[in-house]
Amino acid sequence: MAKVLVVDDSNSIRDMVSFTLKGAGYQTVEAVNGQEGLSKAQAGGFDLVISDVNMPIMDGITLCQELRKLPSFKFTPILMLTTESSTDMKMKGKAAGATGWLVKPFNPDKLLSTIKRVIR
Amino acid sequence: MSVDLSQFIPTFLEESFEGLEIMESGLLNLEAGDSEMINAIFRAAHSIKGGAGTFGFGHVTEFTHLVETLLDEMRDGRREINSQEKEVLLASVDCIRLMIEAIQNESEYDDTSIIMVSAQLSELLANGNEPADGNSVISDVNGSSESDDPISSNKTKWNILFIPEHHLVQTGNDPLLLFSALEDFGELTATAVLDNLPSIIEMDVEELYMHWQLTLISDNATEEDIREVFEWVEDECELTISKEELEQPKHEKSGSAEANEQSDDTVPSPEQLLPNDNVQLAQTNSAAGVTNADSQASNVTTISPNTDDNNSPKAPKTPTKSKAKTDQGSIRVGVDKVDSLINLVGELVITQSMLSELGNDFDLSKVEKLTAGLEQLLQNTKELQESVMRIRMLPISFAFNRFPRLIHDLSMKTGKDIELIINGENTELDKTVMEQIGDPLVHLVRNAVDHGIEPVEKRLASGKSEKGTIWLNAYHQGGSIVIEIRDDGGGINRDAVFNKAVEKGLVEPNVTLTDSQVFELIFEPGFSTAKELSDISGRGVGMDVVKRNIQSLGGRIQIESTPGEGSTFKVHLPLTLAILDGQLVRVGEEVFVVPLITIVESLQAKPELINKVSGDMVLYRLREDNVPVIPIFQLFNLPAESQAVDNSLLVVVEADGQKVGLMVDDLLAQQQVVIKSLKDNYQDVAGVSGATILGDGSVAMILDVPGIIQMALEIAQHKQRQRSNVYQLEGALN
Amino acid sequence: MDIQALAQEIPVEGEYSLEGIDFITNGEQYLTFVLDSEHYAVDILCVEEIRSWENPTRIPNAPTHVKGVINMRGVIVPIIDLRIKFGIGDAVYSETTVVIVLTYESSEQSRTIGFVVDAVSDVLNAEENEIKAAPAFGGIIPHHFVNGLVNVGEGVVTLLNVEALQQIEPHEVG
Repeated sequence: MAKVLVVDDSNSIRDMVSFTLKGAGYQTVEAVNGQEGLSKAQAGGFDLVISDVNMPIMDGITLCQELRKLPSFKFTPILMLTTESSTDMKMKGKAAGATGWLVKPFNPDKLLSTIKRVIR
Repeated sequence: MSVDLSQFIPTFLEESFEGLEIMESGLLNLEAGDSEMINAIFRAAHSIKGGAGTFGFGHVTEFTHLVETLLDEMRDGRREINSQEKEVLLASVDCIRLMIEAIQNESEYDDTSIIMVSAQLSELLANGNEPADGNSVISDVNGSSESDDPISSNKTKWNILFIPEHHLVQTGNDPLLLFSALEDFGELTATAVLDNLPSIIEMDVEELYMHWQLTLISDNATEEDIREVFEWVEDECELTISKEELEQPKHEKSGSAEANEQSDDTVPSPEQLLPNDNVQLAQTNSAAGVTNADSQASNVTTISPNTDDNNSPKAPKTPTKSKAKTDQGSIRVGVDKVDSLINLVGELVITQSMLSELGNDFDLSKVEKLTAGLEQLLQNTKELQESVMRIRMLPISFAFNRFPRLIHDLSMKTGKDIELIINGENTELDKTVMEQIGDPLVHLVRNAVDHGIEPVEKRLASGKSEKGTIWLNAYHQGGSIVIEIRDDGGGINRDAVFNKAVEKGLVEPNVTLTDSQVFELIFEPGFSTAKELSDISGRGVGMDVVKRNIQSLGGRIQIESTPGEGSTFKVHLPLTLAILDGQLVRVGEEVFVVPLITIVESLQAKPELINKVSGDMVLYRLREDNVPVIPIFQLFNLPAESQAVDNSLLVVVEADGQKVGLMVDDLLAQQQVVIKSLKDNYQDVAGVSGATILGDGSVAMILDVPGIIQMALEIAQHKQRQRSNVYQLEGALN
Repeated sequence: MDIQALAQEIPVEGEYSLEGIDFITNGEQYLTFVLDSEHYAVDILCVEEIRSWENPTRIPNAPTHVKGVINMRGVIVPIIDLRIKFGIGDAVYSETTVVIVLTYESSEQSRTIGFVVDAVSDVLNAEENEIKAAPAFGGIIPHHFVNGLVNVGEGVVTLLNVEALQQIEPHEVG
């Protein structure tokens, strides 16, 4: 079962992503900001990271940079949740090592079809 | 798979309200240059917008987008933060709250204010330091990319040359998955080109040296569809897409004109600029060793997406690591509290299995183990109880955080310049108590603004600073929480209060009252010192209601006031309604619980301080006060050990500003008790507020101190009436 | 506590022997008990448990028949002495004094109250047609507490109305 780290400070979005993933048979670990995400990531064994960009304490871009420094996350797909207005944010995400992005607002179907592009 | 989004809406609403509070308090405290604060406000707006969009509340998204754009400009330093903008943003917070509340209540709302504020926002944005950029268009990129290409459904053959950079896989992208996404559109053939493979010695296993020649035969795929698949890697590869029309040719056009015109600071996504036909995307900072293989298509446009945002003058400063103080935890139970519960239950299970194993073949040699086990069980139970209670506890900031805005609005309305200083906002309080104390506190704060703080002229005349101050302070004291509302205003005018009370017929003009007794008059029903009802605190709800609400929570309120220096209202509340800190006392064979919060002191009555007045009434001299003594055995009709007041034990309690001495036989332990209702299986009983179960399994009554004082008062009055009847009778006989 | 097992264990009081226990017959089952020398019964479905007498905690200013409250597995249960309430016999408390805890659920509320009686005697089966109306005259027990009478051998068992028993009259203060 693929294990996904879901990082978002918004409870509702995080719940929704996590619920959708669980429904599709993924295992999820949740974190409310980059720092918590990073510390939960230490456990390893993740097949995918889905992270919001705008978060308190540690944002998604920094999380992405930090994750890429970890050997076990070198090739792990990292999807950023961004908003439509942040084209430069996408680029920043890429520069930080993100695999791709998912544009808000999105729905569960879009989420699942996007995930299929990064994990089997 | 379909997921019912409505299940997430309550969470969305909850976090939106939290976000609005962050925005509101942030805006109230916002100083120019406070980038952390503005970031926190922005983030809150951003989350509301994102959630609203996801859960289908387009009107909220649309409105919040304006707010977010304005905040974004402030965050980037493109816009000054002035008071006009702050006011509009505060009004926007109210608008969003209105909309969110309407969603919560599934009700309609009056959108006049929203239209108005939205116009103000748009005006601010239009007059901004820079014209609004592409950000001001709300569009659904997902939607548009799927809908705007009405190409014919003829089969098309696409030739795709995909030359990834060597490090592509290090961002987690997997070419094979990209190809399988392409397969969704039709028939795909992929040929790997291995020409650039280095020798085995030079090869780095983490790099990708291959590239691919792909052919896709599809009857509905568009150029955009294909590019969307490669969207995430477009700046890490060279991608050439060309089309061979299998059946009928199609007119081709070029997008070079628009593409070349793009400015540095607004980078439109390629999707918005490019036509559908033959396009090559090549990266600007293309890595060495990757050659342009572009000769296949006849009409090729090359654009350079701006990926190097360091050169972009408008790149927002990365909002990293900001720790705004306004961030607050969720009202949902924190994971740590749940984790600690789970740990404790785990320990309990271990103790239980240890004990049951011990019980399997028990003999006297194991007594020591048993004692230790029981000790452990006691510890586990205690910790479990504390943990469970903690779940209900929330920091009082949940009740306090509406006050900065209230003070702000009241300042505007009254023209009084007022500063609010909050202390102890992390003091924890039971959720139920918190929910019910909100309104009384609002009333007390309004009262402090309205009647406490003097008008500016008067302040200046009495040598005070122009700015009035109101302090909100919360702290734990024993088993209760104290909330203080203090102002540095004129203090309570004792004579004015007294005269008013006389005028209202609440007291006789010739009685002598202490200061605190006079202040208590403020809480009498029908009392109001304001010459006319102002729209601030005179809302038909008097201080009597405030007092009643506090009492119904098992609390009390106290006033201290110094003329010319200000007043302090102290609200004492139990930490929780389910558990009470009690003093156990014994009367005859019965054990009673006296709520610790009501106890002033306990003492042994000295005979010389006991005064019998007017027949049955016994007063005890406690420093300046004469405290009526209430023998519990008498009041409750119980057998008691000692019936004489001399040398008896008195527990001096206070309620409604009235002190009385409860006469008991013995003082026992102090302990926390769980309150149980008598009403469930019986009925309310005068003088007791409930019952509890003690450690030995027996039941003890919890004394209702205000109720007892009331009972004693009624009995005294009853006796007086009887006595006066006797006098009249004697008079008639004489 | 298994009421039926208990009912079998309880020695049947001397001369007032009742019919043998027959659980298979139709009709309602009633728990019969003794106040002084009289037999009474309540609907067995209302019986929560049968406890031995223990000193309850007094309720301030309660009427004399309300003996107080006890802790029954964390629930506060008032104890009413039926002998005092009905003015039958002496209210003495010994080891054989028992408390029948009854729960009556109405649409408004569910109340659990313990009733002190002299002894529990038996389980009685009575079909509807065996229940006779109580005569309107005589008897110390107010009429509204009585559902009817059942003849058992030579004796008579008074069926009590649990709903009426559970009504609590407010006490006077003072």
